[in-house]
Amino acid sequence: MSTPTTPTPGDRPGDDRSSGTDRAPWAAAAGAPSAGTSNTLQPTDTLRPPGAATGSPRPRRRRRSARGGWKHLAAIAACVFALFPLVYALSASLSASGSLLGSNQLFSDVTGANYTNLLTDPQNPYLTWFGNSMFVSVTTAVGTVLMGAAAAYAFSRFRFRSRKGGLLALLVIQMFPQLLAFVAIFLLLFAISEVYPFMGLNSRLGLVAVYLGGALGANTFLMYGFFNTIPKDLDEAASIDGASHAQIYWTMILPLVTPILVVVGMLSFITSFSDFLLAQIVLQDPEQYTLAVGLYQFVAVQFGENWGVFTAGAILAAIPVVAMFLFLQRFIVSGLTGGAVKG
Amino acid sequence: MSTSTTAPGGTAAPGQTRDGDGLGEPLDLRRSHSRGFGLGFVVKLILMALINAFGLYGILAAWAAGSWGILAFLVLALVVADLVYFLPTRRLLPAKYLFPGLIFLLVFQIFVVIYTAATAFTNYGDGHNASKDAAITQLTTTYEQRIEGTDAYPVTVLEGEDGLALATVRDGQVLVGTADQPLTPLDGATAADGRIAEAPGYEVLDYGGVVAVAGELSDLRVPVGEQEAEGVLRTDDGRTAYAYEPTLVHDEAADAMVADDGTVYANNGEGAFVGPDGEALRPGWRVFVGLDNFGAIFDPEVLGGPFVAVTLWTFAFAILSVALTFFLGLLLAILFNDEKLRFRNLYRAIIFLPYAFPGFLSILIWAGLLNTDFGFVNEILLGGTAVPWLDNAWMAKLSVVLVNLWLGFPYMFLVTTGALQAIPGELYESAEMDGAGPVRQFRAITLPMLLVAVGPMLIASFAMNFNNFNVIYLLTGGGPQDLESTTGVGGTDILISFVYKIAFAGGNNDYGLASALSILIFIMVAVISALTFRRSKALEEIS
Repeated sequence: MSTPTTPTPGDRPGDDRSSGTDRAPWAAAAGAPSAGTSNTLQPTDTLRPPGAATGSPRPRRRRRSARGGWKHLAAIAACVFALFPLVYALSASLSASGSLLGSNQLFSDVTGANYTNLLTDPQNPYLTWFGNSMFVSVTTAVGTVLMGAAAAYAFSRFRFRSRKGGLLALLVIQMFPQLLAFVAIFLLLFAISEVYPFMGLNSRLGLVAVYLGGALGANTFLMYGFFNTIPKDLDEAASIDGASHAQIYWTMILPLVTPILVVVGMLSFITSFSDFLLAQIVLQDPEQYTLAVGLYQFVAVQFGENWGVFTAGAILAAIPVVAMFLFLQRFIVSGLTGGAVKG
Repeated sequence: MSTSTTAPGGTAAPGQTRDGDGLGEPLDLRRSHSRGFGLGFVVKLILMALINAFGLYGILAAWAAGSWGILAFLVLALVVADLVYFLPTRRLLPAKYLFPGLIFLLVFQIFVVIYTAATAFTNYGDGHNASKDAAITQLTTTYEQRIEGTDAYPVTVLEGEDGLALATVRDGQVLVGTADQPLTPLDGATAADGRIAEAPGYEVLDYGGVVAVAGELSDLRVPVGEQEAEGVLRTDDGRTAYAYEPTLVHDEAADAMVADDGTVYANNGEGAFVGPDGEALRPGWRVFVGLDNFGAIFDPEVLGGPFVAVTLWTFAFAILSVALTFFLGLLLAILFNDEKLRFRNLYRAIIFLPYAFPGFLSILIWAGLLNTDFGFVNEILLGGTAVPWLDNAWMAKLSVVLVNLWLGFPYMFLVTTGALQAIPGELYESAEMDGAGPVRQFRAITLPMLLVAVGPMLIASFAMNFNNFNVIYLLTGGGPQDLESTTGVGGTDILISFVYKIAFAGGNNDYGLASALSILIFIMVAVISALTFRRSKALEEIS
């Protein structure tokens, strides 16, 4: 923030987050981000340290232990339901048998053999798939954030003739799931292959390009609402001091809207990481597969036989994603309540 | 940020800079001299140079490939890009920020939708892939027979710059021909034992080389001579070739294919030549078929039965998914909304996990868990029973809903937790004073307040589940398959997986029919969205 008019920290709209804790993130529910969008990013109490609410008077304490028992039972039941497939997968990945049937005795015979097989099988280049998935998803996420933010900035800050129409058009386009056009996408990429072989059918760049086609429709509105909460006085002040529009955008606005960029980037990453249909249609060569396509082909061929190795692959693939989710949980929760749906 | 501190007032940011700023501002000599040639401008120049190079390359390639549509688009896009980023007018400022996203939106969202709509009115698919001329060419090469009374040609397969060639020895002279050029003597070529040993300009393929190009070789037709009646050489093994003549000839006057036995295959106007016995020659070609595809979808004789069943199940699946996930999520949210509950945060973190785990992986894991013969659920949890979780149509329906419940309830839990915490406590206090019990409070306060807050998210969730391809395809593959139907439709197929089967998975890839179904799905989703959309506040946003 080198511009002379840099606002003092107290002026930063982001600081709204510290106030108004009684308003919930969902106040900006889907499609209405401006209803206090800055609130969408307030941390929910999910992150509050445990035991924050202790110290209640004694009589109530006794009541709780009497009444709270069933609550714990229900909570534990929910946790078991949530956890058991994942625990099972972890156990199967460590099982010595490697087959579906043999994986049923949880943690009976722990070995790392499945992981070794997974990483050394030349027929199923897991690491290549992993790399492909990362390349596709990271590129898509970065591209989506850059293009979505730029468009949101234009809609939020400039007044031009087709602005309202453009926003409305985006809202309508957003309704059409790109997935539905997969036949046309296949045929289009087939045609592009003749001109740009490196981004046509069976190429990772082609897949990224397809995903980026959905970038504006899905996210601009979410971002637009957030951009609107940044006071325009900031831009005007900076502009009077001689900052160009690009300077304002890159060095002033973008840092202020980081939270929404993180949310959009995350969701875009997850959507492309988990996409199976389009990836399956575009990528045909095992060297180009993403994890979704590769692991599916791998396990679909001989369902029971490859089970141990598949679960090992699933666990390894999930670790970075789950870690990222937990690390950015605060942002995700607010993004969800802003109306995003995980693909 | 750091760049702007080292060069205050310069155009520090990467991307577009330079123009449009500072009009009408007080002149500031301190920084005006650096404007226009800062780091940002250099970055912009480099980026635009790359984009222009990329575009020019594409234009040349499209020219070479004869892809006129792509060529026209590239020329237009490139001109617009250069105008947008180099014209120094303030009016183009918004365009600078919108252009990159718009290009992708235009090509990969809007164009494909329009293309889908256009394809829906054609018979595009296997057997109707290409233009009429291409179909005629393919027919004449497919239907051919050996010319009676001609000799076998011992041949050697060569590879030249223009693709494969055949060489043979006749009267002590080496003759070489390609697809475009009839057999002609080649100077300097040598033969030994009837095989070609050396041919200038060509590489002689050994057995391994022939095997490697077998596919290309079986399509190779080398004219024997300048006269068409002499036939074309064709080899199946790469060692011996025979002269073939077409048995089907295109009669341009009658626009029909005539076989050598006199059978006439007439153009039926629907992209195929059809014989007197109703047999259509394959391949046909692509034609406009009007509403035929839509007719087929609603015709009980063709797709009507499966279509109705699949549509009903799609709605049931989407509604059940949303309702169940919402109620389980809400239940847990109410449960955990008790601040005095110990380990609350631990519970929450655990319930968050199914959400964080990539969906396609957990679905595949569930497919293993629910396996009838070896799955964990049957073997361990149910003590060795054989419940056909995924193999019986109704059980499979139950299974996909259950798995989707597992996948979706954490999301609803998170969302409703946020909503619950935002309901003002005073409401409950006054309700309590008025004598309302917990049930009444829930019905009169919690539920209405909650629905207002999460309503839009329920709609979004419904729309997503309506097209939730992953959970269906990865868990059951749409199966168990309905063996009585020829469409390959299965008990758990929803509309989008049904479309996928029609377009890619079945024996007959019918892109036209699949596109027509896509359009119908879109209309359904759009109507539902539009109905709910009018109530949402999104429109008010646009100001």
